[in-house]
Amino acid sequence: MKNFGYTIQRDQSIDIDQNDRRIVNYLLSLEPSFNLCLGCGSCTGTCTAGHFVDFNIRRVHTLLRRGESKQLKTEMKKCMFCGKCQLVCPRGVNLRNLIITIQRAIEQIG
Amino acid sequence: MINFNLFVLPFFLGLIYVLVAVGKSWYHWIKALTPIDKVKLSTLIRHPKQALSALKEVFLESLVHRKMWKRNPLLGYMHMSFALGWFLLIVCGNIESRFYSGVHVNAPYYPIFLKFFIHDRLVIFFEVFSVPGFFRFLMDFLLLYILSGLVLALLKRQYSNFFGMKRTSRFQFTDRVAMTCLWLIFPLRLLAESFTAGHYGSGGGFLTQPLGDFLVQLLPVPSEFVAYAMWWGYSLSLGIFFVMLPYSRYMHIPTEVLLIFFRHAGIQPKKWYSSFSDTEVQSCSRCGVCIDICQMNTAGIHNAQTVYFIQGVRDRYVPEEITQKCLVCGRCQEICPVGINTDSLRLIKRRELGSGQSTDFSYLKSDDKPKTAQIVYFSGCMTHLTPSIIRAMTGILENAGISYLHLDKDRSICCGRPLMIAGKDRQANELIEINKQIIHETRATLLVTSCPICYRVFREEYNLPIRIQHHSQFILDLIKTGKIPLQGQFKKVVYHDPCDLGRGTKTYEAPREVLSKVTDLLPVKQEANNALCCGGSLGILNVTQQQRAMITKEALDILLENKPEILATACPLCKKTFATHASIPVMDIAELVYQSIPKPSYSASAQSHQAKSYANELI
Ligand code: SF4
Ligand code: SF4
Ligand code: SF4
Ligand code: SF4
Repeated sequence: MKNFGYTIQRDQSIDIDQNDRRIVNYLLSLEPSFNLCLGCGSCTGTCTAGHFVDFNIRRVHTLLRRGESKQLKTEMKKCMFCGKCQLVCPRGVNLRNLIITIQRAIEQIG
Repeated sequence: MINFNLFVLPFFLGLIYVLVAVGKSWYHWIKALTPIDKVKLSTLIRHPKQALSALKEVFLESLVHRKMWKRNPLLGYMHMSFALGWFLLIVCGNIESRFYSGVHVNAPYYPIFLKFFIHDRLVIFFEVFSVPGFFRFLMDFLLLYILSGLVLALLKRQYSNFFGMKRTSRFQFTDRVAMTCLWLIFPLRLLAESFTAGHYGSGGGFLTQPLGDFLVQLLPVPSEFVAYAMWWGYSLSLGIFFVMLPYSRYMHIPTEVLLIFFRHAGIQPKKWYSSFSDTEVQSCSRCGVCIDICQMNTAGIHNAQTVYFIQGVRDRYVPEEITQKCLVCGRCQEICPVGINTDSLRLIKRRELGSGQSTDFSYLKSDDKPKTAQIVYFSGCMTHLTPSIIRAMTGILENAGISYLHLDKDRSICCGRPLMIAGKDRQANELIEINKQIIHETRATLLVTSCPICYRVFREEYNLPIRIQHHSQFILDLIKTGKIPLQGQFKKVVYHDPCDLGRGTKTYEAPREVLSKVTDLLPVKQEANNALCCGGSLGILNVTQQQRAMITKEALDILLENKPEILATACPLCKKTFATHASIPVMDIAELVYQSIPKPSYSASAQSHQAKSYANELI
């Protein structure tokens, strides 16, 4: 079954004080449309890469918000940059720019 | 009489400077060519016929400014009067000077300041039929011609809209200095010649003599002194102009000549910033023609148009934001009078920005046994967002009785262009290799795609040894060979040219021909190579959805001017983008064709089948 990302999080406890919010802050400054996301999952539903492999762009959003950047690194390698997600987003989130910015942030943080 | 005066020095030194500077640049550009390109260039020079055709283009473009004429006659006249007028002034001045000096080779400054050196030779005013009289007339005429262009240039700064331009380019300091000098050269020459003619009472032509006579009368100071000062001014403005030339927009004059030769030699832009790119960049005259046609204006972006981008490249610093802000729609490339490959320049600079995080597409490798077919249909990612196009295409294929393989029926692998257009070539090539392998394994001889983005990259980057068609071409072939019967409804339709299909691959006719078979195709004010971008372009990342919407709405306004019933396009991305804002249905040409295929037998049999099964159930 397709994983739309509603039950994506494994049981875990998160220490909010230790969150690495660098990426998300960087992202929000460059692509403020990220704030418009309502978490509907349309982007994931249509994702080209998601049809082949366990890749969930909505989960990426959550990882970002929570500052779990380690997982992000492997996730972001899977995107083909096709732009389908952006076309279906009901909120007008600039997803391609978001993705490229995340990739760059990961690169810089290392 | 010694034909020398101190005032020739600024001109003379400036001339030497500019010749050395331009020669050095030419030398570097030619030296930096790839070995293959060097061979191409030397072949061109050794073939007089080809070299001559290059020279012809130099004449038509650099002197006559043919493309400017086509764009706006006033603009064409202005550019031509400067270029051709000055060129003729130099050539005729040289011939004229030989007549006076009696030798063939004169010092380079002699013809330029001829009227100063020969003022003691009496020539009867307006004696057109003698050789000196004729030249006197001709030279004055040419000067007047250039001055008329100068008046236009001054007007253009104020009233650019008369020249078909809303916005003009901004100038840098060196440009301003060089331009001021250029604009001073010809009035100063006029004054210098007039004062000299007036002072000696002879030697002027139909313009300079009466003007000189008149001005000398008005002067409170000795006219000889004023004339001398004017000659100094004339020489200085020439000298400063020459020294500033390599650092200003006027560098495009000598560079364009070389560029035309490069092009005639068959030298192509590369994927990296090559010597050819640098020649292109320096050939940009900053004419600003690419400003108004850029749709980013509509979205309120006024700093990233090609002229500003190229300016940044020339100054060796382009802010990343400017490099990225471009729809890569190709409109400026179509209109640029110098013919600069603006799109490929943008992509080169995007590539340089760093190719970004590495990708991992290993998940795409599959061990499924490949299916084979002669004809392979690749719908593309975007088409998966518009299933009606896929339905129409498979419907058409089945109606034509063609056996085919729908390569990406369930899921699509991206063609790679979205990555490539963002400057991520390395990552794009990974996808390209995977797709190539899959296509290769189908043993297809014809690859049909519904998406112009895929179509373009298949053609440009894939090197497939098979035929590649966009579905508009494929459908046209089917219609022409009578494979699909058509019963058009001939509704009023306008056609929107997708950027990648139209300007990208020059496919303008096939979709129109298909449409004219089934619809009543109305004209659009801006179409074919002047068509607007729908605003959905994958070429730009850093614009908001609101800005995109502005671009889309503007394009729709123009498309719907003639009140069509349906907006037709040939690209799933255009369709999806327009559909959000259009007041009328937006349909792909495949859908329109599929709609026009009569299907009586199909529906009848389907009905009877239903009826039978219902009857069976009853029994
Ligand atoms: S751009 Fe990336 S995340 Fe968006 S649909 Fe394509 S593969 Fe998925
Ligand atoms: S489609 Fe848009 S709004 Fe929905 S989850 Fe994705 S980014 Fe957020
Ligand atoms: S790119 Fe072409 S159209 Fe634009 S300013 Fe330069 S020469 Fe003119
Ligand atoms: S390609 Fe299009 S968007 Fe980019 S500068 Fe040229 S006209 Fe403007």
